[in-house]
This record gives sequence, structure tokens and C-alpha cells, in this order.
Amino acid sequence: MTLANVIEWLVKGLVWVLILLGGFAYLTYYERRALARIQVRVGPNRAGPWGLLQPIADAIKLIFKEEFMPARADKLLFTLAPIITLTPALVITAVVPFGPESASFQLFGRTITWYIADLNVGVLYIMSIASIAVYGIVLAGWSSNNKYATLGGLRSTAQMLSYELALGLSFIAVIVLANSTRLLDIVEAQKGMWFAVLQPVGFVIFLIATLAEVNRAPFDMPEAEQELAAGYHSEYGGMKFALLFMAEYDKMIAICTIAASLFLGGYREPWFLRDTVLGVDQTPWLGPLYVFIKVFILLFGMIWVRATWPRIRYDRLMAFGWKILLPLSLALVFLTSIGMLLAEQVNPLYQWGIPLASLAAGFIAILGMYQTLRRKEYARA
Amino acid sequence: MQHEWLYIGLFLVVGIIIPIAPLIIARLVAPRKPNPIKQSTYECGLETVGESRVQFKAQYYIFALVFLVFDVETVFLFPWALALKQMPLFVALEGILFITILVVGLVYAWRKGMLEWA
Repeated sequence: MTLANVIEWLVKGLVWVLILLGGFAYLTYYERRALARIQVRVGPNRAGPWGLLQPIADAIKLIFKEEFMPARADKLLFTLAPIITLTPALVITAVVPFGPESASFQLFGRTITWYIADLNVGVLYIMSIASIAVYGIVLAGWSSNNKYATLGGLRSTAQMLSYELALGLSFIAVIVLANSTRLLDIVEAQKGMWFAVLQPVGFVIFLIATLAEVNRAPFDMPEAEQELAAGYHSEYGGMKFALLFMAEYDKMIAICTIAASLFLGGYREPWFLRDTVLGVDQTPWLGPLYVFIKVFILLFGMIWVRATWPRIRYDRLMAFGWKILLPLSLALVFLTSIGMLLAEQVNPLYQWGIPLASLAAGFIAILGMYQTLRRKEYARA
Repeated sequence: MQHEWLYIGLFLVVGIIIPIAPLIIARLVAPRKPNPIKQSTYECGLETVGESRVQFKAQYYIFALVFLVFDVETVFLFPWALALKQMPLFVALEGILFITILVVGLVYAWRKGMLEWA
């Protein structure tokens, strides 16, 4: 470890963070355009060609906005909260590989890989950083000393805790299938078949739980405009608000890259293109492009959900997390490990029992949802 | 492997500096003219009554307790899931027994009404 090494990784980290921030700026533009199209509007189209300069205009506006702090707020925590929220959203992507080892390139005589760090406990790292993200929002809500903000902060804690369980258990299904917690191994293990195909319901649970983790619609209870003004960021303005906003969108990007790596084969080509010229083994530089396409599609899914679904009520949100998602994900861990054991000990073909059993479990869960969470039952309560 | 953690540490440094930088820039260029009305707590135009840090529904606390139990048990499943293929069948089945115990715990909490938000 020399000074040159330290500088190399600092520069690499800086470049990657700046790419993430640029991604955030254009994600807001993408979301506004896509939402507008879904609602039969045009969306931002004035600043620059097709409104492409809109994010820059927003940034300039936010940086020149007056910053003020409520007199009754906790000054230190009020300033720290946006930083504590944004930092995990940025560093969580450190272990995600964006290209294969063979796509590493030479720059100034150094080999540049497509990941920040190659941890053998990558999945655990993601889990732990995702847990830290709760703190920022709670502190933002609590330090504002505002009733709406406090309520928003409390709601987001309970919600994120509840859905973290289902998230952790869906990671376990992936670990069982890949037999590794290192993200490069997990991606390479999907050479033959994506885990989203082997464990379809696990993938859906992951998507639902991460929607709740990043406080996106239909789980945006902590910032429900109609009930809580803006929830935990009611009192924030100017650059501090921009940081909270940035954290939310960077979390979306991070979550989508993680979903792409764990379930959709990361930088690997779709399995049916493996031996063609479009395969990553043949043309390594296609890897980052595949990640980008997958993330783009997953992000569109999140925007689409926001445009389509109404917010769900808080008691039903908690009931859904604890009574449907948690038992279902426990059942999936059970089924996946049984299927893997059978495939190992008896016949590899038993592997295909996993998707079938997983779909059956998902179907039973939908029936259970219909039984326990029906609108009529809840309307009486 | 130590190098990888060092890279994470360096990335963390960048991840902390990047949020602080815009705050400093905003402090330099943004106007600041505070007055008591601007700094009052926002409550849709009304004067705030009382403290906002008051006692809250006990349900939040109960959910936190149930979460703690299940989260710790989830962490125990990670090494088991990782070693599943190398383990003798008996040990692998013990892990499955552990999941069953988790389910029993969930059923207990459910029957006790811990999962009701009312």
C-alpha cells in the first residue's frame, strides 16, 4: 500500500461518486418525464433541448436558496442528518461489480477494475450499510422538533425495520443458490440461469421490500404529502433538502444495481446469449452496458409503480410486512435450501423444483392476503 | 483482503466529503437573513402547541423488540446458508429445524397480538 495506491483509490471513489450524483440528477429528470408521459402530460421541456438541462437548473436554484433552521431544532443533528442519510446511499455500491475482471482496463499504467472493493462478505456489507440508512431519516425527523417530521421519522423506522427482515431472508435464498456471499461469485453463478428465474418470488419480495426501504410509493408513508406535509424533511430547505432528496434517489440507483447483481445476472449477458458474440466472455466491455440497461429497466419499474399505485394505509402496510412477506420469505428459504440439498444429493434436475415451489408459495401467499387483508375486514376494524 | 477494506475506508472518506462540500458551498453563496417568523416551526400556518417530542404509541416499541429477535436469528442463518453444500445432511437438516423454530416464534407473536397495529 503506497501513497500512489491511496491516491488511485481516492480518485476512483471520487469518479464513481460523481457518476452516482450525475445519475441522481438525470434520474429526477427521467422520473419527471416518465411520470408526465404516464399522466398524459409533457413534463419538463423548457431548459435546453427536451428539457435536458432541467436538473442543472434545479441544482443552481437549490444552492442559492436561503438556508434557515427552525429555532427549536437540535442544531447539530439537524445539519448532520442529511450527511448521515446520503453517505450510506453512496458507499453501499462499493461492492457491486459493474464489469467482469476481463473488462478491466489500463490507465496511466494501472489496472482499473469495475468495482471499488471485492469483499468476500459483500452481501453482509450491503445488509449492514442498508441498516445504517435508517438512522439519517429518524434523526432528520427527530431533530426538526416538528410534529409532522417526528411522525414521519417514527413511521419510517418502524417500516424500514419491518421490511428489512424480508429483505435479509431474500438475500439468504440468493446465498444458498450461489453458495457465496461475494458479489462477483454471485454474478458468475448466474451464468447458466438468472436467480430471478430460479427464485421468482424471492425476486418479487426483494423488489417490494426495497421499495419500502427507500420509502418510495406505495410505501412513502414517512413523507406522505397529504397527511404529514412532507414528513421527515418538512423543515428542510435549500442544500440540506437537496442532500436528503439526493439520498433517496441514490438509494434507488444503488438498490437497482444490487437487484441487477443478485437476481438479474449483473454484468452477465442474458443466459440465452451466452455463447454468441453478445456474451460477456466474448466481448467483455458489454458488461457495464448490460448493468446500465438492467438498472434503467428496474428504475422504470419503480417509477411505474409510483404512477400506478395509491399509498397503502399504515396498519395494512405493517400487516403486509409481518403477516405476508415475513412468513413467505421464511418459507422460501426453507424451500430453496431443501431444493438445493435434493439437487446436490439426489439429482441436479431437482433444482427446477425451486421455481415451481416458489411460485406455489407465492400463490398461497396471495390467497392468504385475500383472506386476511381484505378491505372489508379492515373497514370494520 | 485487508486491502479491500482499506479501499472501502477510502471510499467512505469520499462518501463523507461529498455531502459536506455542497453544504459549505451553499453556506458561502446562499443568503442568510433569519428572523423569528422564518425560524418558527412549520405547522401549516398555525402556532405550535406543546412539544413534539412526546410519548408515542407503544406499538413502535413492541415492533422494535420483535424485529430484534428476528433480525438476530436471520444473521444466524447467513453462515448456514453459505456452508449448506459442504455440510453433512444431518447438519443441513438442523438448519431447517432452526427455521421451523423461527416460524413457531412468529406464530407465537402473531397469536399474542404483537403484530396488530391498533
